Amino acid sequence: MPPISRGFRGKRRDAPADRVPPGQYVTPDFPVLSAGPTPHRPLEEWDFTIIGEVDELHRWSWDEFQTLPTDTVTVDIHCVTRWSKLDTTWKGVSLDTLLEGIETEAEYATAFCDGGYTTNLPLEDLTDGKAWVAYIYDGEPLDPEHGGPARLLVPHLYFWKSAKWVRGLRLTATDEPGFWESNGYHLYGDPWREQRYWGD
Amino acid sequence: MTVSDLVLDGNAAAGILHAVYGAEMTIAVGTCDGCGTAGPVGAVRLYRSAGLVLRCPHCDAVLMKIVTAGERVWVDSRGLRSLELTAG
Amino acid sequence: MAGAAVLGRLGWKSATIADVRPETPRVKTIVLDVPGWPGHRAGQHVDIRLTAEDGYQAERSYSVAAPANDQRVELTVEEIDDGEVSPYLTAEARAGDELEIRGPVGGYFVWDSDYPGPVLLVGGGSGVVPLMAMIRQRGAVPTTLVYSARTLEDVIYRGELERLARGGLDVVLTLTRAQPEGWAGHSRRVDAELLAEVAPPPEQRPLAFVCGPTPFVEAVALALVDLGHDPGLVKTERFGPTGT
Repeated sequence: MPPISRGFRGKRRDAPADRVPPGQYVTPDFPVLSAGPTPHRPLEEWDFTIIGEVDELHRWSWDEFQTLPTDTVTVDIHCVTRWSKLDTTWKGVSLDTLLEGIETEAEYATAFCDGGYTTNLPLEDLTDGKAWVAYIYDGEPLDPEHGGPARLLVPHLYFWKSAKWVRGLRLTATDEPGFWESNGYHLYGDPWREQRYWGD
Repeated sequence: MTVSDLVLDGNAAAGILHAVYGAEMTIAVGTCDGCGTAGPVGAVRLYRSAGLVLRCPHCDAVLMKIVTAGERVWVDSRGLRSLELTAG
Repeated sequence: MAGAAVLGRLGWKSATIADVRPETPRVKTIVLDVPGWPGHRAGQHVDIRLTAEDGYQAERSYSVAAPANDQRVELTVEEIDDGEVSPYLTAEARAGDELEIRGPVGGYFVWDSDYPGPVLLVGGGSGVVPLMAMIRQRGAVPTTLVYSARTLEDVIYRGELERLARGGLDVVLTLTRAQPEGWAGHSRRVDAELLAEVAPPPEQRPLAFVCGPTPFVEAVALALVDLGHDPGLVKTERFGPTGT
């Protein structure tokens, strides 16, 4: 048992327990955490593709993406580094819209991104109104430091699954550990069951 | 604040690297498996997110990832073609 | 399958605060007593870990501020607005309090006392801390300190630096935000022009140590190389955006 540092509490904020998963504290900020340099992909070079266990490649250019129907959602986000931010508002295209009509036997997906980041999820965690490719945050175009032009948004899982600078999904038959999942972070990542690391 | 303001260098990982490798690793010379550039680990770029990511200062390729959870550590060093340490 | 316990406590040792000394309104030196401390070299740093009563932990790294002295380790900590650890260390912590320490670490940013040339130390804000440890054990080596602070009140170790300057240490101070009445010193950022004026020229092959916030370190390192200094003789330690 390590020595307790008298009087040390760390940064805590009071928040309703039903909104804050175990081990998290609420922050009014939006911390910038990055595994690498911010990519700067010009919009005319951006596309979103769905590849892998599909009949054919599905692709949207930025202009095409902008014509898709969007949702505006207000959600809480929970970072595995222990901060949570409540009531964040995003606008983006639902994965239900993107996956509509796509036939696949795949049960999993890997999101891939500019800069090389990847993260894996069960396909059913991307559907039924649980996930978006978001490009507006708090009413403004998503800042590159926060993942713009577009990032994945999957608020029911730890925020490392909401991949910044997302460029597409690769549908897979098996669950393939991504950038962090291959090095200690939990394959699934449910904040309410505190699934931060392997074995949790 | 931009990501580039937040970037540190390999010195910031000295503690955990020493704990893992049992040696002072900032002066170990790493060779990037991406571009072949070699240099001291203390001089590489270091990003802190869900874990530590050490990147080649020449080509930005990932050299190492380090995740700590209490008394557990995970180290991925696939991005290092080699590490040279000198006994002294 | 979980790994068996290979690493003992990941290097953490218990430490007790022996003293807390103010340096400036926002900066304090924390003196730690660490049983079994192996000693350290100027330029090295330590990791500090605090544990709250509910088990919550936070870690930060701090450069040693003074040469090794038995089991005493001195750290100089700047209070960061809305910080998590620095407000605790600068405003709450007192003699007798316990924390954990790991180290010393850092071999890259360490002054090799065998180096035959002059030494150039360039610090921004709390980046002066590891440089001060070097100054405090420098011996007879020609040393120039270029120190950028916001105001005179923010100059850490001011009294000691003034005394050392009278004794022959080359101290170049630049106050970038506000200067006192009648200030005859510098007020510009540490850029190529300032360095060309005050630093040992590249022909003398000075060994340079640059420490402070990341943008400061990168600008200074670039300026030194642009002036013709050998990049292999420019050692850098980035403290992140605010110098923590």
